[in-house]
Amino acid sequence: MTLSLNQLVAGYGPRTILSDVSIPDIKPGCFVGLIGPNASGKSTLFKTMCGLVAARSGEVWLNGEDITNMRRQDRAKHIAYMPQAFGCNALLSVFESVLLALKQTTGWRVKSENLDQVAKTLADLNLGHLADRGIADLSGGQAQMVAVAQTLVRQPEVILLDEPTSALDLHHQLSIMNSIKLETTRRKPVVMAALHDLNLAAKFCDRLVLLRDGQILADGPADRVLAMPEIGETYKVDTDLEYTRRGALYVDARLTA
Amino acid sequence: MTVQTNDTLAMRKAYISQTSRRSLMLLIVSTLLMASFLIDVSTGPGHYPLSTVIDVFLDPLSHGVRLKVIVWDYRLPVAVTAVLVGALLAVAGAQMQTILNNPLAEPFTLGVSAAASFGASLAIVMGISVVPVIGGLLVTTNAFVFSLLTCGFILFATRLKGVGSETMILFGIAIFFTFSALLSLMQYWASEDQISRIVFWMMGSLSRASWEKILLGTILLCIAIPFSLLRTWPMTALRMGEATAESMGVNVARLRVEMLICVSFLAATAVSFVGTVGFVGLVGPHIARLLVGEDQRFFIPLSALVGALVLSLTSVISKSITPGIIYPIGIITSLIGVPVFVSIILSTRKERLS
Repeated sequence: MTLSLNQLVAGYGPRTILSDVSIPDIKPGCFVGLIGPNASGKSTLFKTMCGLVAARSGEVWLNGEDITNMRRQDRAKHIAYMPQAFGCNALLSVFESVLLALKQTTGWRVKSENLDQVAKTLADLNLGHLADRGIADLSGGQAQMVAVAQTLVRQPEVILLDEPTSALDLHHQLSIMNSIKLETTRRKPVVMAALHDLNLAAKFCDRLVLLRDGQILADGPADRVLAMPEIGETYKVDTDLEYTRRGALYVDARLTA
Repeated sequence: MTVQTNDTLAMRKAYISQTSRRSLMLLIVSTLLMASFLIDVSTGPGHYPLSTVIDVFLDPLSHGVRLKVIVWDYRLPVAVTAVLVGALLAVAGAQMQTILNNPLAEPFTLGVSAAASFGASLAIVMGISVVPVIGGLLVTTNAFVFSLLTCGFILFATRLKGVGSETMILFGIAIFFTFSALLSLMQYWASEDQISRIVFWMMGSLSRASWEKILLGTILLCIAIPFSLLRTWPMTALRMGEATAESMGVNVARLRVEMLICVSFLAATAVSFVGTVGFVGLVGPHIARLLVGEDQRFFIPLSALVGALVLSLTSVISKSITPGIIYPIGIITSLIGVPVFVSIILSTRKERLS
């Protein structure tokens, strides 16, 4: 279940967003953090990988198969993507909204094992108490956690999460990242998450990829990437990398004078 | 660990009981519809007990030829058409609302009814047919073709870049005013007799019912319901928003086109059969949504049933207000529809505020 991106080029209309993006050899069970400033092409990269944006050139390889031109519906069976947009006014319960995500690729009839899978996913993410709530009544953070549940319930080989913690408080950030990490080690999918919080990325990700202006600037283990001078240059800040008393990586950043 | 297992079991159970409640709801509305249908057949200028009507229904000649003609040739076609057209309009409305992500979308608000009225008036005044047909069906066919063209235009407009769901309703209003103006022009040119025919057509009436139309409508509904049911999961996903649906692998653009084509035929058929009947396409889905939510496996069938029930009850009311007089149903549906329309606007306002 290895995922590789090879010289991907993509964009919208005349604008090129990604130029020559290669991320080789992402192993199953690897949690990759995609970092980079706003408008660096993180969402476009995810959309290109799941087929929402057509690649102009380059390839996406999954398990030794070139899936660049695979139909989106077929690709959805392998790759689940959670976009940034969430929250809607539909009259559906949280349970139903997670079930419908699962039913896109598992036939028309609701089978008993489908219900089990939905219930288990919600329980794993500590969302059991929300199961009966209407999705329109959720807070922004709750809606975001439900969106993560919609992605995980499909048990795909590749999980792409676009800023999964942007609307969450500290407790829920850690809780959701923990659940994702657990899923990664347990079922061994490839997980990529676009993250703005470098400390959160350092804490949970096995590998970090730094994107700027649609190009990969750095790719490697979290401690090595965060120590690179490119981090400061990319975010236009001065950074110091420290280890806390408990041994966690900590990025101390200030505005460049 | 045990807590988690209990938790998952409880979630399962809650969902299953919710599903059974929804099935029960379908059953209840079906029963109400049957009752309303029977009352509709037994109501009319001549007073016959329900048991007699049921006798004639089961054995046409059991109470003589006169009653056979009244029940089979007058009352049954009207009662069946009410059920059929109510279902067609409500399903069309429900689908339009989902595809365009707008609770106000329906054949009437999108200008389809106005286009049909213009098509009908063109046939009445000018005798012009847009497609070659036999005399008797001229008005219906013209209404059908114009409704279909309007739906085609809406389909085309949704494909344009940057056209959101609000813009779609604006398009609908534009279509509505354009055809209303053209309709006035037709009335200006029309003779007195023609004007009264146009006005009567526009009021929406079940008296134009016939078994041929019923057969055609039933066939369409029998195609449309499975067609929609096959797409229930992508359609439900669409309610989560376009971006989310797409991320789940739904080809939203293709789904929209397929469903709009389906809806076009439903709306055009319903409107061309009975004329302008507003608000059933709005009220039916709205009530269904409140009763079973938006899981399309329940929402679409229940919309059909509620729409059918509303129009069937309307038919009963239209015959009961003044004995011996059958009021055009279009007038009555709109009078019921206005308070519902206002409540929708107020409830969406509340949603935005909270």
